[in-house]
Amino acid sequence: MPRWMIDRRLLSHFDVLLLATMVSIVALGGVTVYSATFDPAHPTVHSFAWKQAMWGSAGLLAALLMCSFDYRKLEAWAPLAYAAGLLLLLSLPFIGTTVSGSRRWISLGPVSIQPSEMGKLALIVMLARHFHRHDPPEGLEPRDLLVPALLTLPPALLVLKQPDLGTAGIFMLVAASMTVLAGLSRRTWLLILAAALLAIPAWPMLRSHLKPYQLKRIETFLDPAQDPLGSGYHVIQSKIAIGSGGLRGKGYLHGTQNQLDFLPEQHTDFIFSVYSEEWGFLGAIVLVSLYLALVFRGLVVVGRAKDRFGALIAFGVLANVFWQAVINLGMTTGMLPVVGITLPFFSYGGSSLVTLMAGLGLVLNISMRRHLF
Amino acid sequence: MQLQLNDREAPDDLRRRAAIAAGLVTLAFLGIVARLFVLQVGQGENWLTLSESNRMRVSRIAPTRGVILDRNGEALVDNRSSFDVVVVPEDAKNLDDTIRQVSEFLGAEPPTREQVIAAARQRPPYEATVIYRDVDFDKVVVPLETHRLEWPGIGLELGPLRTYPRHEIASHLLGYVGEIAPGELGSKPEYRMGDMIGKFGAEKAWENTLRGSPGGRQVEVDALGRRLRVLSEVPETPGRNVVLTLDLRLQAFAEQMLEGREGAIAVLDPNDGAILALASRPAFDPNEFARGIGPTAWKRLLDDKKKPLNNRATQGLYPPGSTFKIVTAAAALETGTVTPFTRVFCPGHMRYAGRDYHCWNRRGHGSVDLHDALVKSCDVYFYQVGLKMGVDTIAEYAHRFGLGEPTGIALDHEKAGLIPTADWKVKRFKEEWFAGETLSVAIGQGYVLATPLQMANVVATLANGGTRWKPRYVDRIEGADGSVEKAEPVALGDAGLRKSTLLQIRDALRDVVNLPGGTGKKAKLPTIEMGGKTGTSQVFRMTHQTKTAGMARHLRDHAWFVAFAPVDEPEIAIAVLAEHAGTGGGATAAPIARDVADFWFGMTRGRDYQQTGAGAPLREAALDPASADAEKHAARMAAAALRPGRVEMDDDVRREVSHRRGGAAGAASRG
Repeated sequence: MPRWMIDRRLLSHFDVLLLATMVSIVALGGVTVYSATFDPAHPTVHSFAWKQAMWGSAGLLAALLMCSFDYRKLEAWAPLAYAAGLLLLLSLPFIGTTVSGSRRWISLGPVSIQPSEMGKLALIVMLARHFHRHDPPEGLEPRDLLVPALLTLPPALLVLKQPDLGTAGIFMLVAASMTVLAGLSRRTWLLILAAALLAIPAWPMLRSHLKPYQLKRIETFLDPAQDPLGSGYHVIQSKIAIGSGGLRGKGYLHGTQNQLDFLPEQHTDFIFSVYSEEWGFLGAIVLVSLYLALVFRGLVVVGRAKDRFGALIAFGVLANVFWQAVINLGMTTGMLPVVGITLPFFSYGGSSLVTLMAGLGLVLNISMRRHLF
Repeated sequence: MQLQLNDREAPDDLRRRAAIAAGLVTLAFLGIVARLFVLQVGQGENWLTLSESNRMRVSRIAPTRGVILDRNGEALVDNRSSFDVVVVPEDAKNLDDTIRQVSEFLGAEPPTREQVIAAARQRPPYEATVIYRDVDFDKVVVPLETHRLEWPGIGLELGPLRTYPRHEIASHLLGYVGEIAPGELGSKPEYRMGDMIGKFGAEKAWENTLRGSPGGRQVEVDALGRRLRVLSEVPETPGRNVVLTLDLRLQAFAEQMLEGREGAIAVLDPNDGAILALASRPAFDPNEFARGIGPTAWKRLLDDKKKPLNNRATQGLYPPGSTFKIVTAAAALETGTVTPFTRVFCPGHMRYAGRDYHCWNRRGHGSVDLHDALVKSCDVYFYQVGLKMGVDTIAEYAHRFGLGEPTGIALDHEKAGLIPTADWKVKRFKEEWFAGETLSVAIGQGYVLATPLQMANVVATLANGGTRWKPRYVDRIEGADGSVEKAEPVALGDAGLRKSTLLQIRDALRDVVNLPGGTGKKAKLPTIEMGGKTGTSQVFRMTHQTKTAGMARHLRDHAWFVAFAPVDEPEIAIAVLAEHAGTGGGATAAPIARDVADFWFGMTRGRDYQQTGAGAPLREAALDPASADAEKHAARMAAAALRPGRVEMDDDVRREVSHRRGGAAGAASRG
């Protein structure tokens, strides 16, 4: 059998449901990007939606490509991918393009890529490799956390330097999620609990040492309503958009908050506000259900994975999707601070979409090969 | 493709943890659904209302403020467009910093920085707030454009500016506008921060007439405030124009006569209380206020010892001196204290209660009756009749002439003056009234205080037969729709004087001016009979009167002259006050009153009237046949003569004026 051909048995195990869920989200996202960038003055121009459709197709190809090889080969490729990711992140300060004060992009002719997204995938594979090889029977002791931390911190800190606080946070959350899945020893859990308890009285102490303007900055970060013309403006406009959507929404292309440009970053960070304004609570339920279905289906893959490596990779990819979705939804509904996290599979953005779909391709890969060995 | 079997399958504990993760994920998404339910279903209506108001902005259309014209239609207060430096708070990153940087760059202190910031904060953030009014476009446009990126939100806008084309002329009467003070907003809900409001003078008194009412426009906008379409519009109602009874030519001339002095002139129509001129000097330029006066300029005006902001005609309190003898004489005749034939011997002083009270003429007037006493202004005669009547009787008649209370002119802070009574002194000083003090009151000294406008009204009341009119300066109000609202004269009361009393006093006042021995002979007009009374009011009480030019200025006497003309059919009533003139009313104030009356008759009587005073050359210009509109031309000349170069005029008018001014000086020295 030629190498490039896929085993018939593999195809029979292909998780169509997972793929369909993802494609639905991507399609809904594209439709919403069209609305978010719709300009009544130029109704025929919709370059964003077209680009997003192109990226979605590219992402689908990438996902299928990610299914085409045995994921266990990644164990060998992981260090190389990780190093490449680090190198890209390192090179950003020199070759990156500055967009609104932050260097996050590398411009490659007509397209720009976001190294942090690829770095994230590389980190997931690298961590999975580490936990796969390092599996103490009683769970990970505190000292066992050193290597994962050393793997996570360099890319996370480089992303933080861009600066992209939100994405750096996601790096930490994904790494932490994978570590918990890999299993912590009782001792480690107790230590974490103790640290958490110590942190509670530490806050008032820290507070009294902060200068008023520093405190103010933290407070408006946590509660944007205190600054309605600054950071609070975005959240208030977003809440107005979502809330005014009501049960049934204002109808596609009829969201006034969106169409009148009251929403900031309406095709990226705040696209959920556009969607909810136009489709209402019912539409929002549909989208949240799709995410829930995606993560659930993915967790089933984790549970059925043939090996620890595959389970960890799938879990890392899903943790990324989950955290991004929850933080973005929490931020647009005014529950969490605004940190600039996009809604996975949904927000406009090429390299992010392709990387996310490629990641999900890995999950499909792991799902497909669960019975093979 | 041969795959190697991996012996390490996903163990049970991993599967267990994945299940726990699924539970946590469900909880997290349920939390979000709950939040969405609250926002969209629970509070949906509220947010919907907010989103509706979000896209609609109500912008105000400011009404055009009415202008103020003189009786001949000359603009005294006007509007023009000015380039203003504005800030749009929504676009400015840091309001304080931006304003500071711009003011540093332009090298000028913004008039009221705190107020600009407060205004910008209180108004909708998309509305521009003015920082500097009336900037030089050519100087400012380039720096503003070059720093556009550093100073977001700063821009240039064309806005309306209140202008006072005659600058200092009638500044106290016209007043000025300025941005509303934050403290005023509470009681004036129809105003907003940054709005212009009348602050002083007619601008303040007629605020509601001049202002009009703002319109409103509902506009659908996007988040950047770009206007998409107008949803509805309520047009504004422009303010109405106020036409004054004031004659700009006479006003300008009166102010010219006070040039270099501190003093006031009030000219009334005695037949209805219409003010023809109300001059107070020194004056100020209201344009400074309209542009937004800076703290330094404001302090300079406030600290000026000559008090240029003070309207001396209505706020200046002076002892009326001998001009008050009109009141004492009326009281004496009405109460029967004297008859026209009662004679008093004046030896030059009067001894009372162990003290000598001097007559101004220390050689004495000999035997005088009431007529002589008024003509020569004999103090001793009035000491005697005052003593007989008592202070309370004098006070009663003073009140009948309107003294001791505000005239009711529509100007803020008008002073009531003071007419003492025995009771008043007990209340005020806890002291009995001494009869000796009545002597001072009888000649308008002591506690007696009056404003120049009040004294003008005293002669007006005498001249018109006893009717006390409320002084008014507005003739009519003209709406933009062509409506005209005529202001009716208001009679405040009647002095209740017998015809014979009036005639007696008027006859005496005629001789004050027209007899060679009269104290007011310098007020004599060649062809028209004027009646008048001089006054020299002591600022500082001295045992022997020494009126020397070498005395400290603030101790020198004030010079008064009150007059009306023509005596038989009065057309004008005049009060002239020159502060600290040092010389008597007859020497200083009477010639001023004569020139003012002369100027008036020169304008109203036409060529038949032979004008001789300082205003004569200006009238020649007014009657120049080369001029298409002689009256307007004359007004321009009069105004221009006062402030060469500051009134807008074309070059040949300017040349003509400077020529005429030379002529005016010559005429004055001849007279």
